[in-house]
Amino acid sequence: MSLFNVFDVAGSAMNAQSLRMNVTASNLANAGDVSGDPDKVYRARQPVFSSFSTSLADQTGVAGVKLDGVVESAAPLQLRYQPDHPEADADGNVYVTNVNTVEEMVNMMSASRSYKNNVEMINTTKDLLLQTLSLGR
Amino acid sequence: MEIPALSQHEQALRFRALRNQVLSSNIANADTPNFKARDLDFGSALKGARESTINLERTSDLHKQAWGTTTHGSKMMYRMPSQPTLDGNTVAMDVEQAAFAENALQYRASLAFLDGTIRTLRYALKGGD
Repeated sequence: MSLFNVFDVAGSAMNAQSLRMNVTASNLANAGDVSGDPDKVYRARQPVFSSFSTSLADQTGVAGVKLDGVVESAAPLQLRYQPDHPEADADGNVYVTNVNTVEEMVNMMSASRSYKNNVEMINTTKDLLLQTLSLGR
Repeated sequence: MEIPALSQHEQALRFRALRNQVLSSNIANADTPNFKARDLDFGSALKGARESTINLERTSDLHKQAWGTTTHGSKMMYRMPSQPTLDGNTVAMDVEQAAFAENALQYRASLAFLDGTIRTLRYALKGGD
């Protein structure tokens, strides 16, 4: 029964979205990270999604979601003059992480909405399948 | 024995099931860069089915020819985006969700028709008991 494919597709999307939530949580947790060495500062990370089709799905054009990788943001670090900071460099500067909290909050909301959409999709399809099973009773 | 009334709805169910998959893959890929939303065209499915009609016996010219929907005739097409996106993704969540809900309802309608037909056949088999 072809409707079962929906569970795989929605499942892969839910997996991808939960991973996005994890990355966002990590970004938000490190939002205030400061260091005297620009190489040691935490940089915002973003997951990259791509669609994939299983061999069966190739014919029907049905595609799930997979994670291609996690990329670090190339946005510039913020330089802050703070000579009393224990990690300040020789010039009295510290580097602040490039995590944008507003962006991350939006990311989090988007991920949770997408996750919910997929849950609803599974519920609807499950209903349809159950109704099909009880056909003619 | 093939019962035309059953096979007609069965084909409609098949089409709805396939469309359900296509729409679910659109919703699943709502955040995938460069993903292009797709949909099945019901019109072409109906046209394909008309060309391969299910032959019901017509005892009068006033009787209409019956046809069902087949999945093999349906065309998969890319959706025209209504708004441009930065990541090249053409999934409009509201459109997809509306289409998904509509399709689920039509699947249920086909199920209801099938259920009614089965009930009627059973009624006839039992001699109206």
